[in-house]
Amino acid sequence: MVDLSVRIAGVEFPNPVIAASGTYGNGECYTDLYPLSKLGGVSCKGMTIEPKLGNPPPRIAETYSGILNSVGLQNIGVHGFIEYYLPTLKEEGNVIIANVAGAVIDDYIAAAEALDASDIDMIELNISCPNVKQGGASWGVSCEGAAAVTAAVRRATKKPLIVKLTPNVTDITSIAKAVEAEGADCISLINTLLGMRIDINSRRPILKNNMGGLSGPAVFPVAVRMVWQCFNAVKIPIIGMGGIATWEDAIEMMLAGATAIQMGTAIFTDPYAPLKVIEGIEEYMDKNGIKSLSEIVGQVKPW
Amino acid sequence: MSYFCGKYPIIERKTLAKGIYSMLADAPELADEAQPGQFANIGVAGFTLRRPISLCEIDKENGTLRFVFEVRGKGTAELSRYVEGESLDILGPLGNGFRIPEGKKIIVVGGGIGTPPLLEIARRTTSLCTAILGFRDYSRIILKDEFEEYCAKTILCTDDGSVGVHGMVTTPLAEELKTGEYALVCACGPEPMLKAVIKTCEENGVPCQVSLEQRMGCGVGACVVCSCMTVRNGQEFYSRVCKDGPVFNAEEVKFGG
Repeated sequence: MVDLSVRIAGVEFPNPVIAASGTYGNGECYTDLYPLSKLGGVSCKGMTIEPKLGNPPPRIAETYSGILNSVGLQNIGVHGFIEYYLPTLKEEGNVIIANVAGAVIDDYIAAAEALDASDIDMIELNISCPNVKQGGASWGVSCEGAAAVTAAVRRATKKPLIVKLTPNVTDITSIAKAVEAEGADCISLINTLLGMRIDINSRRPILKNNMGGLSGPAVFPVAVRMVWQCFNAVKIPIIGMGGIATWEDAIEMMLAGATAIQMGTAIFTDPYAPLKVIEGIEEYMDKNGIKSLSEIVGQVKPW
Repeated sequence: MSYFCGKYPIIERKTLAKGIYSMLADAPELADEAQPGQFANIGVAGFTLRRPISLCEIDKENGTLRFVFEVRGKGTAELSRYVEGESLDILGPLGNGFRIPEGKKIIVVGGGIGTPPLLEIARRTTSLCTAILGFRDYSRIILKDEFEEYCAKTILCTDDGSVGVHGMVTTPLAEELKTGEYALVCACGPEPMLKAVIKTCEENGVPCQVSLEQRMGCGVGACVVCSCMTVRNGQEFYSRVCKDGPVFNAEEVKFGG
């Protein structure tokens, strides 16, 4: 029997496949098809201390092998999440991760403090949302900003802390090192790549927000590259994401350095994609005599 | 209400007008659950996003769902090339459909490719249903025979007057509503038509339900991209067309939000 479990910052995931924030609601949307307990974990819809309306529609545009989105962190607020969603999530799911965003540092601190007192398993610090005017990715594009938010949240909570990085930077490894130095237990990457599409007839951008975040298979090689770069730059574990659609993609991401993976856009194409990935990883391990996934993490043999 | 995801064989494919196709899928468990006004998110090989297509007819007895859709882009063009014997990758039935009062007379108002989701209402309410259907011109008319078969009365309108009433659906709608016989109007079509229909209903004091469209992602409420501005208790907020709709009470919808 192969062992699919992975451990990150003392938290055990029964398997390495996690639903990515913003693509799985708060775990309530796909239970008609399969129970939440099939997934290793769920990263919940990005939340802010106060409820947030989000951006005007249209908020989505299809691209070659992917999508652009500009949701803009629409959510019911941290307290609403804790009250309405968390009890069911804890009962039905495995590892529950709260994805937290904010405009100013005090927002992040307030959210982290509220979640610290809750049953959440881990906090994923979102310093990489490209779709909000204030805060969001602006924290994640400089070492100083990333370090400042990480340090503040680290002081506000004892929960295991994941910091989610934006790929829209010159050197992602310097950001990774900065958040590691301030006490991040783990980094997750990549958030979406900033993009744009234009309707050639109306000459209007398809997204009302003009720009949005690109995700899906189109970004996969960029994600693999950045995970590999970060694996060589930091000691803390990495959750790899960005365009993973198949079990082969998941293994590739792990070889690049990911201890666990998140899937998002692929679920829109095929809601069963995460389960197929879990099965595929299991068969791959079986076939190749791999007993634990830790045997393959970062084991790419670069030229 | 629950939904399913799987491959369901196409048992009939027809062209209804240029670029408008009808497909009948053998999907008994979906037909059992489905309500008029709901939709399915249909997967198309080679595309990241599924295509939301409204349910045109739901036949529980024969276990079939009928989809009528227009080619709008590359995805629906590819979908239109699927033929009998192939399968549709269906996620559905999804969303909240029309809420039809029992034993009351109603009007369905459809514009162009907005007419298909109204047909199942007509099929269920038959002699209690009046249909007012608007099309650009005679060449764009679809589902006329079916509406005429099911409904007590079917009124066609065309923008160019080539068939039926020359002009907007709201002219015959206002006349019908003045009779005071109707308990509800169900509408689906382009936004300008919906706005005009809602205004006419307000003027006549008849409640109205509208089915909305928006660029969609997951189809099940998870990704929050297909939003529309709604108002409840004086509060404005974005609802999800896929999960909270696609059918809304007219007074809750704020167009252009």
